[in-house]
Amino acid sequence: MSGALLQAKNLFCERDDRILFEHLDFELNAGDIVQIEGANGAGKTTLLRILAGLSQAYEGRLLWKSQPLEENRTDYFSNLLYLGHKPGVKSVLSPLENLVSWMGIRRAPDLQAILDALRKVGLYGYEEVPCHSLSAGQNRRVALARLFLSTEAVWILDEAFTAIDLQGVANLEALMVERAKAGGAIILTTHHEFGLYQHLRKVTLGRRVSRESRLAQGVLL
Amino acid sequence: MKHPLPSADTPMASLWSAMGATLKRDLLLAFRRRQDLFNPLLFFVIVVSLFPLGVSPEKTFLQTAGAGVVWVAALLATLLSLDGLFRADFEDGALEQMVLAPQPLYFLVLAKVFAHWLVTGIPLIVLSPVLGIMMHLDGDTLPILMLTLLIGTPVLSLIGAIGAALTVGLRVGGVLISLLVLPLYIPVLIFGTGTVSAALSGLPVTGYLAILGAMLALALTLSPFAAAAALRISFSN
Repeated sequence: MSGALLQAKNLFCERDDRILFEHLDFELNAGDIVQIEGANGAGKTTLLRILAGLSQAYEGRLLWKSQPLEENRTDYFSNLLYLGHKPGVKSVLSPLENLVSWMGIRRAPDLQAILDALRKVGLYGYEEVPCHSLSAGQNRRVALARLFLSTEAVWILDEAFTAIDLQGVANLEALMVERAKAGGAIILTTHHEFGLYQHLRKVTLGRRVSRESRLAQGVLL
Repeated sequence: MKHPLPSADTPMASLWSAMGATLKRDLLLAFRRRQDLFNPLLFFVIVVSLFPLGVSPEKTFLQTAGAGVVWVAALLATLLSLDGLFRADFEDGALEQMVLAPQPLYFLVLAKVFAHWLVTGIPLIVLSPVLGIMMHLDGDTLPILMLTLLIGTPVLSLIGAIGAALTVGLRVGGVLISLLVLPLYIPVLIFGTGTVSAALSGLPVTGYLAILGAMLALALTLSPFAAAAALRISFSN
């Protein structure tokens, strides 16, 4: 079955005369959690931005549901949630206003769902506080509340756990595992040790020829 | 392949509601940072009011130069406010979310530009008769001046959006925007001031207004398209 959601074929990216990766092939299926590994500067963020359709600075092919991604942008974007390094949270707006305006571009904002999401990320009582008076971790949580509101099939998370406390990370891991089991697919970079999950795969960047190590089911990572 | 995701069949926001959400958000942001809005407006008033002091307070001179001065000041004030159109959103990552929205970027850019015009263009138009009176423009030409600004300032915002989008990824965008955008502003300026001059000499102005209107139609259809493409290029690096 060629049921892969997202396929990368023979990806090549060069930056400042340095090859970040070449001959990179991988596919993302429903239920996958793929962790991109690599040292600082290995090109993890660059790869995620390419996969998210933000950056065109690559050679090779990207396929969304077996169709070239450029031709299916709208369908891809309506199935994609990307959280980058920058949280995309406006500091002069409250968490509630931030999420309402974010959601309003994608679908009709559901106020109750947003309040629930804010409660789940531990911002109960902070809904109306301007984000500039919240801590870095709380701002990150506002961005992460989008995960709880998401109906998108594919998540691309770049260092999503930065500034999040241990309990918060555990909750997010649980959410991601639950999400993958429901048929979602997740690509992420993190320096946290990610808990056991049978579909977790790792793609390691930072060698001349990148290698994808596919780990057998149930192997402790 | 089935996708048993929670409510995966939620309908996408319609174009109008997505544009409305963008507009509402930008207006709210502008309201929260309203002190920033006074900067171009103050600039506009200062430039026009210094002119009689610096050059000549004579009525005949001011009458002929008046429309031009008001227009140039409005143009520069718009230019001053352009850098903020996309930069803040670019820096905190909100623009990324907008570029990756399932809606055509054209319409989201259009909504942003409209919000920009509402908070910068409209106040300029509202202030212009006061400054026009200071320049000894008579009661018949003042409405013409306002009308040209009403048609002209959206063109300035729309064209400016292309420059702002192209330079948003650069560390120092401000100067470059002016260089990119000014040549495109010149026709608007010529026909804007030309309309008022014609009105002052008692000539018909409909032809001038029609050309300004044509510029607006052209900018409205093409510039959000160009700005959206420029934003994608800015994100590509």
